[in-house]
Amino acid sequence: MGNHASDMKPQPDSEKSYLFDKPRNVKRLLGGFYVSLVLLLLIEFFVHKHPYFEWEAWPEFYAVYGFVACVVLVVAAKYILRPLVKRREDYYD
Amino acid sequence: MISIVPPFAIFIVGALLIPLFKGPWKKAYMLCLPVIGFINLIHIPEGNQWVVAFLEYDLVLGRIDRLSLLFGYIFHLISFIAILYALHVKDDVQHVAGLVYAGSALGAVFAGDLFTFFIFWEMLTVSSIFLIWARRTERSLRSGFRYLLVHSAGGLCLLAGIVIHVNQTGSVEFGFLGLNGLGSYLIFFGFGLNCAWPLLHMWLTDAYPEATITGTIFLSAFTTKVAVYALARAFPGTEALIWIGAVMTGFPIFYAVIENDLRRVLAYSLVNQVGFMVCGIGIGTNLAINGAVCHAFNDILFKALLFMSMGAVMYRTGKINGTDLGGLYRTMPWTCIFCMVGAASISAFPLFSGFVSKSMVMDAAAHGHMRMVWFILLFASAGVFHHAGIKIPYFAFFSHDSGMRPKEAPVHMLLAMGITAALCVFIGTFPGPLYSLLPYPVDYVPYTVPHVVGQTQLLFFSALAFTLLLLSGIYPAEMRCINLDADWLYRKGGGRFYGVMDRSLNRVNSICEHVFVKKIAGCTASLFKDMIPRVVLLIMVSAWVLTGVRGERLAIKKRNVYNDIVGETLPVGISAGVAALFIILIYVLI
Repeated sequence: MGNHASDMKPQPDSEKSYLFDKPRNVKRLLGGFYVSLVLLLLIEFFVHKHPYFEWEAWPEFYAVYGFVACVVLVVAAKYILRPLVKRREDYYD
Repeated sequence: MISIVPPFAIFIVGALLIPLFKGPWKKAYMLCLPVIGFINLIHIPEGNQWVVAFLEYDLVLGRIDRLSLLFGYIFHLISFIAILYALHVKDDVQHVAGLVYAGSALGAVFAGDLFTFFIFWEMLTVSSIFLIWARRTERSLRSGFRYLLVHSAGGLCLLAGIVIHVNQTGSVEFGFLGLNGLGSYLIFFGFGLNCAWPLLHMWLTDAYPEATITGTIFLSAFTTKVAVYALARAFPGTEALIWIGAVMTGFPIFYAVIENDLRRVLAYSLVNQVGFMVCGIGIGTNLAINGAVCHAFNDILFKALLFMSMGAVMYRTGKINGTDLGGLYRTMPWTCIFCMVGAASISAFPLFSGFVSKSMVMDAAAHGHMRMVWFILLFASAGVFHHAGIKIPYFAFFSHDSGMRPKEAPVHMLLAMGITAALCVFIGTFPGPLYSLLPYPVDYVPYTVPHVVGQTQLLFFSALAFTLLLLSGIYPAEMRCINLDADWLYRKGGGRFYGVMDRSLNRVNSICEHVFVKKIAGCTASLFKDMIPRVVLLIMVSAWVLTGVRGERLAIKKRNVYNDIVGETLPVGISAGVAALFIILIYVLI
């Protein structure tokens, strides 16, 4: 793979700035994201649900579950799994 | 009239002819193979074709029905895409291995009997190993050997199962088996190993990230999907599969969160996605089987797309670890966009392909009132977005600026990714054509308002969790490390087992040698060597002492007798005398 590294041409720092080099654009993206979250929370009250399970009818079930699931996932992976299984890169060598 | 041939033949024979072509002809020839194969496939009528008598059995080389055809279509499609992606490769070994591998997969899914199926099943392993070894690094070589050993064990298990099954039933037909008796359990286990069940998955996450850039695209498509096909054919509705599948969807995502090698992250998410299929097959209703097979079709596409985008990054930068990458959207915008399409598809965003198939399995679980399974699958849906949907594009293309400004991927790679991305969006937006190919009639409607809103909420709030965890610094930083997995069992555990056996058994061995070989054997030898002369001497010396022989003469006599007996040089007369004495003694006594 190393032979392709020559394809990379390091360019001077004064190169053109890209989309997310401007903090303003990152802020816009995050702003748009937060607004869409609020819209998603609100839109649910206008949707007629036909759930299989009773908890699917609870307000904002999917939003809460998605958020909690990911926090649990990351916290468990970082604080439980990683200390158990992390080894040096040359562990098997 | 077009004369038709078995689907695998075009690929396998075609692959062997690749080295005969040069330059652009080789590229054109390789791209033609799956196209010719596909034209051939759609002309094959349904039913059993190419029935060959072998011993007292009938081997069926082409069982064409809706289930096998769907896998046949996608295998042709992905072969074309993978070949297009690999056009720059100058190494014939990879091209030949890739196409033989694809041909073996076709042979396996169209096999109508267990014997033919087993042959192609083993060919899958043998041909795929070259896609790993072709990287020609020490790590890939070792990883390939481990891959080979694990699959050999699985293959032997399957063979044993097939032998027992055929012995019991007298039939080699490859149809519904169900779990009944030892043979079927062994077959089940053999399928499970290729399907990357939990604790049997380690060959996948070990070997796929070590394969070549283009080889991984082939690998991600065939082995696990053939196993999914085999399970759908032989074990639909087996309850154990529901739980196996549910665990498969759940545990790899924890590993994926802390893994640094982005292709290994994808390997874990491959296990996770196959989990949805296995679970669907376990549920076994028409909707669930449709969902499982449909998801296999979609997974082949979006997983290949993700592997292709990471391959392009690796091709241009030579790096694949999250710690080394970042900010590549600046100079690889198309690769970045295609990667995000793959990410949206695997995450099952509305309008992307995962949405129309994953939800079928979820709904089938809900129809069966499987609360726990449903919760696990929903957790896995959120989790897969987290690690494959966000982590992959984010750490490769955004995140911190790695300072690298590689060129955009080569045109043929962009084309391969572009076609796949277009298919992902097309299937996600218009699922009708794919639904019409599924094994059972479909009356499933994925796009209902509550479903779209619920799924979008789930994903957006998973993204919110990612954003907040990242901004707060809780999100685990990418680290240069490896994470232990089940392959520890044979990579380290194997060595330790060897060590323990070495110390314990060899210790027993050396003790035995000391006691039996050196001590007891020596004693016995000297005993048998000396016993007779000593007995004789005991008698003779008593006699000589009584007759008055003493001193020097006695010592000489003793030495002579001893030497004569040990050297077996007693005078014949004495031997004869003893023998005569013996006969007289017997005569007197009797």
